[in-house]
Amino acid sequence: MSTVLILEQALNGLQFGVMLFMMSAGLTLVFGVMGLINLAHGSLYMIGAFAAAVVATWTGSFMLGLIASLAAAAAMGALIELVVIRRLYDRDHLDQVLATFALILILSEGTRYTFGSLPLYLNTPGWLSGVFDFGGGLVYPKYRLAIIFVGLIIAAGLFLLIAKTRLGIRIRAGESDREMIAALGVDISKLYTIIFALGASLAGLAGAMVGVLESVEVGMGEPVLILAFVVIVIGGIGSIKGALIGSLLVGMTDTMGRVLLPPLFSQFMPPVDAVPVASALASMSIYILMAIVLIVRPAGLFGGAK
Amino acid sequence: MSRETLINIALAAILLAVPIWAHFADEPFIITLSTKVAILALAGVGLNLALGLGGLVSFGHAAYFGIGGYAMGILASHAQDYTPFMEWPFVIEGTNQMPIIWLVAVVMSGLAALAIGALSLRTSGIFFIMITLAFGQMFYYFAISWTAYGGEDGVSIYVRNEFPGLNTLDAIQFFALAFTALMLALIFSSRIAKSRFGLALTAARQAEQRVETVGIKPFQLRLTVFVISGMITGLAGALMADLNRFVSPVMLSWQTSGEIMIFVILGGVARLFGPVAGAAMFILMEHILGGFSEFWHGWLGLVLLLIVLFARGGLIGVLAGKEKADG
Amino acid sequence: MAESVLAIANVSKSFGALKASDDVSLDLRPGEIHALIGPNGAGKSTLIAQIAGGLKPDAGAIRFLGEDVTHLDTVGRAKLGLGRTFQVSALAMEYTALQNAVLGAMGASGGIFRFFRRALSDQGLRDVAEKALARVGLSDQAGTVTSELSHGQRRQLEVAVALTLNPKAFLMDEPMAGLGEAGSKEMTAFLDSLRSEAPILLVEHDMDAVFTLADRISVLVYGRIIATGTADEIRGDPEVRRAYLGEAV
Repeated sequence: MSTVLILEQALNGLQFGVMLFMMSAGLTLVFGVMGLINLAHGSLYMIGAFAAAVVATWTGSFMLGLIASLAAAAAMGALIELVVIRRLYDRDHLDQVLATFALILILSEGTRYTFGSLPLYLNTPGWLSGVFDFGGGLVYPKYRLAIIFVGLIIAAGLFLLIAKTRLGIRIRAGESDREMIAALGVDISKLYTIIFALGASLAGLAGAMVGVLESVEVGMGEPVLILAFVVIVIGGIGSIKGALIGSLLVGMTDTMGRVLLPPLFSQFMPPVDAVPVASALASMSIYILMAIVLIVRPAGLFGGAK
Repeated sequence: MSRETLINIALAAILLAVPIWAHFADEPFIITLSTKVAILALAGVGLNLALGLGGLVSFGHAAYFGIGGYAMGILASHAQDYTPFMEWPFVIEGTNQMPIIWLVAVVMSGLAALAIGALSLRTSGIFFIMITLAFGQMFYYFAISWTAYGGEDGVSIYVRNEFPGLNTLDAIQFFALAFTALMLALIFSSRIAKSRFGLALTAARQAEQRVETVGIKPFQLRLTVFVISGMITGLAGALMADLNRFVSPVMLSWQTSGEIMIFVILGGVARLFGPVAGAAMFILMEHILGGFSEFWHGWLGLVLLLIVLFARGGLIGVLAGKEKADG
Repeated sequence: MAESVLAIANVSKSFGALKASDDVSLDLRPGEIHALIGPNGAGKSTLIAQIAGGLKPDAGAIRFLGEDVTHLDTVGRAKLGLGRTFQVSALAMEYTALQNAVLGAMGASGGIFRFFRRALSDQGLRDVAEKALARVGLSDQAGTVTSELSHGQRRQLEVAVALTLNPKAFLMDEPMAGLGEAGSKEMTAFLDSLRSEAPILLVEHDMDAVFTLADRISVLVYGRIIATGTADEIRGDPEVRRAYLGEAV
């Protein structure tokens, strides 16, 4: 297998990883600060993708589509936080799971009712179509490079936000001590709504950007949501750094597993048998990674002691 | 006799009477629906042991349901094609005998629950939910990429499997099998709840430290109930696959996990007959709401949301009132 | 001198820069009540957690009945016969008092993996449980759900559950808390009679009870034992007066 192919796949893994980071960052913040498990995070990803597809088709501008995805997911996030989620903060995890599962059903069917069952498509904008030539035979789609770029900028932005801004100080305070932050006179319910909407907008943006690579359809969010859970279990709940490292690990493991395992198994098995076995194993690779982390560090790589 | 016991007896009687009536009225579809209720309730009874007694919020029970289903699909398809399941190191033939299929389904789903439980129970709370969900998804993707048994398309069999002394093709006789399995599982559940094991397990949900200080390991209790729970749900999966004569990765999907959980919640967590009430309500809603709107899952979501926010005892909670602690 | 039932030797535990236990040594002899006192924040909870098995010490050793139990968990130590009561009641709140006591009896008798017989129909378990409830004076509350018991009754139930284990030593964390005057007197009398059965390591804020009951008293301040001795010795110890009694009595 050539170096060029491996580099190309490494970029694919990186792209997949930063996309997962945009999903898991919001989830892990919401858990860390509010102690809430939100299954409907995948629906926000879907809503972002639909908003982008509709607006980009309507206006012809991909950038307007992206802005729409941020706005729509943030607005929907704020709405469900105000109407449903805030009633769940003091409930047990079972109630949170059920209520947010109910939200998935409502949001999915609502989207299907509005846009129909057929998938929508988002086109690659002209200025990002084509490939970038790294030289040495390595060429890579510009659009995927753009996702990596945006994802890394968002990661950097989140770290700065949490380390340097007033909002970040409040988020960190909220993670360590909820009563403390109320005592400091911060309006907690407003803070919670802002954090939830922030996480939602990142999920929406991720959905919109992936919507170009895959079709935009109902149910697109949940498989990504479950991968984001794997990321959080690996990285540790509530840790942005854990979410970033976990995302990259999961992205790389999954991509590399699919590419490297079939030729590896062909070394000592007839290819007819090797390919199905290897691909079945590759589909399990990230869960095996998760199992290993659980055995070694049950609280995740960057999770505090429970 | 408590009000809840009366409701339980009434539920069992209705579930038995409806298909018998349908049998004489020549309404085979209603018998099939009743069979479906019995089987889904059985899956819920399995989950309810872990969730209700043990307080273990497993969002991955589709794994056991699907493993049970695939046990049926794999064994029956080999019997159907007259090919052995494996030849080396020893020969294992397929089979179309339900008792053997059930045994394999229960053992395999129990083993899966043992492995998943041993890993997931190292954690608790939100971690546990996410991990069980993720491991469930692992089986889903494994089935999709396992092309030997149809991959995404799954496995179909042409004739329902056999049970000694019964004609399983007769809808009412197959219903009788499912109903009997459900009743046995319910009796088993009610015994467990009041046994030494159940007492210690439920105490571990309420006060883990206390259980440790009297010298009992909560982990062992939880792992045991998790395995039993997976086994019962696995048996339900084998029956479901036989009812449909079809198994596919859909049985393993996270939506299936969510639906099994919905049966338990709609009926009432930790209520013995909660899953029966919940599964019946689910199937009724599917057919009534499904008749009005093709978007019935959205309405289901709304009902579920309202129950979680405002009626936490579920259906049996509403009907029977607050639970009595009579041990 | 008889050998100690429970011996804590040079135990230390730090959380970051905070030394919660600083080279703590104390022991519990047969037939005695040894009280551990100290102001809030002295590190009593941390020490108890290490003795009970919930926390592992950074250094030092804990011996129970002559056996090194430093690396045993809570369950292992309970099985050896360490009967513990909690400061904040750790009881199964949905259960009746009897069910809680039966749970203790089950732990002592073993055989948890029985799935069919009703636990409450087991006369052996019931006898142990009912006897323990009777000893703390809770017989007429046996059928009451724990969440409906008064605060004081829960403290009594805590002790009853520990009794069902037939322990070789008791570790009691503030059994008098919230009992009121009459309740405290009853509990004091009861603990007084209990010491012949098994020695008690008693953590308590109620100084009347401590000075009435304790054969020896150890004073914990900032994670260190500053003095150990009889009630009179502790009363007269200048360091204790300065660090502790001066503000509390």
